[in-house]
Amino acid sequence: MAKWIPLWLHKLGSPPTFYRFAGAVRPWAMGLALLFGVIGLYGGLVLAPPDYQQGDAYRIIFIHVPSAWMSMFVYAVMGVSGFIALVWRLKLAEVVAMESAPIGAAFAFITLATGSLWGKPMWGTWWTWDARLTSELVLLFLYLGVIGLYHAFEDRRQGARAASFLAIIGVINVPIVHYSVVWWNTLHQGSTVSIFGHSKMPWEMLWPLLAMTLATKCYYAASLCRRARTDILALESGKDWVREIAQAEAAR
Amino acid sequence: MNAPLPRACAAMLRRDLMLAWRRRGDLAMPVLYAVIVVVLFPFALGPDLALLQRIAGGVVLVTVLLAMLLALDAMFASDIEDGSLEQLVLAPQPLALMLGMKILAHWITTALPLIVIAPLLAGMLHLPAAAMPALLLALLLATPLLSLLGAVLVALTAGTRRSGMLLALMLLPLCVPVVIFAAGAVTAAQEGLPWFAPVAWLTAALILAVVLAPLACAAALRIALDS
Repeated sequence: MAKWIPLWLHKLGSPPTFYRFAGAVRPWAMGLALLFGVIGLYGGLVLAPPDYQQGDAYRIIFIHVPSAWMSMFVYAVMGVSGFIALVWRLKLAEVVAMESAPIGAAFAFITLATGSLWGKPMWGTWWTWDARLTSELVLLFLYLGVIGLYHAFEDRRQGARAASFLAIIGVINVPIVHYSVVWWNTLHQGSTVSIFGHSKMPWEMLWPLLAMTLATKCYYAASLCRRARTDILALESGKDWVREIAQAEAAR
Repeated sequence: MNAPLPRACAAMLRRDLMLAWRRRGDLAMPVLYAVIVVVLFPFALGPDLALLQRIAGGVVLVTVLLAMLLALDAMFASDIEDGSLEQLVLAPQPLALMLGMKILAHWITTALPLIVIAPLLAGMLHLPAAAMPALLLALLLATPLLSLLGAVLVALTAGTRRSGMLLALMLLPLCVPVVIFAAGAVTAAQEGLPWFAPVAWLTAALILAVVLAPLACAAALRIALDS
């Protein structure tokens, strides 16, 4: 193994260590998610000024945009861990990839739902066959395909590997979603927030958005930890360390 | 025994084509399905000539895609049942090449009849004769692309019990660009615009898929049969 990878990272790959690690991380991540969520929503719904054109209707951006970012981010995480699962056959990478899929699907669904709620007053239609809307819908279908394939196998690990492969094939779609507003100039507006360079948004509106982004990131971490812990227990049932946990739970 | 590659490829192709020929009745199924679907459209939409003309290209494309999806399920099914696919995985010849031959045989037996019947289907919906070459060229490029993409997904579901609906769910996101470009070519030809660009995109995608899809198919099959 390469020397530059620290030892604790190797250890984290073993299910019992990760189980304890995720158990320790989860409450912190959930707490941070709630904190950032409350701050971001208060800043976005109460403090931020109404938009000069859209009035108060624009405030759905504080849910819509962070979810859209997360739907792509979670897919990238799923693709990378799926790749690790196929190449190095790490059990933990399979768990992370497969447990990310439902969370990402939920984010993609929230994006589409809030987008259509926003589209009705602004564009005058719930849905339009715009490039970005369509590619986000395709992203949702990719998530559903991965989840469906995972559950179609009787052997969980085999299903996880097959679904990881499908996830890697689908990674092509993520840059298409991201750049669709640049490549095809249709109804959906271009991005107003950029990491490098100047954002086309006043600071009073920007900081709640960034807080909400942090909140969704932390929520994803917390949710992933909880889902992965459950999945690891099911996958490792019959091992000694799982039996110890089960006995300790029963004794309580 | 290590048969030389060209001989092995030819043997594979001949075997699959012969198996398909022995069950000729199954070959007609996708064609019949496509005819039935296309016939239903004028009943549902009314025999309005202008409307039918406008949707003809898209309807034929989607119908051919659905008919191919119907036949996709059977690509490896009988070979998995009698274990000959496992033998193929163990064979000394490269698996990707052998699977490529199987995909070619599948394309010849399912997509080619559909392409032959496509002018009739388009004619039933009054597609203008000027757009017919664009439709045929788009189908010639799009159907192998669908066969190749579908083969990867069929290989992934090889280890599962029931995969019909799942296959549709998985293929849909991947075939969206194919449908967009194929339909784009037909629409452009119908409006008298140059339709070279979407055809060039389809060709580029096909070349990429011919190289990569058999490799991906082999990798997927190894995952699905590995237990």
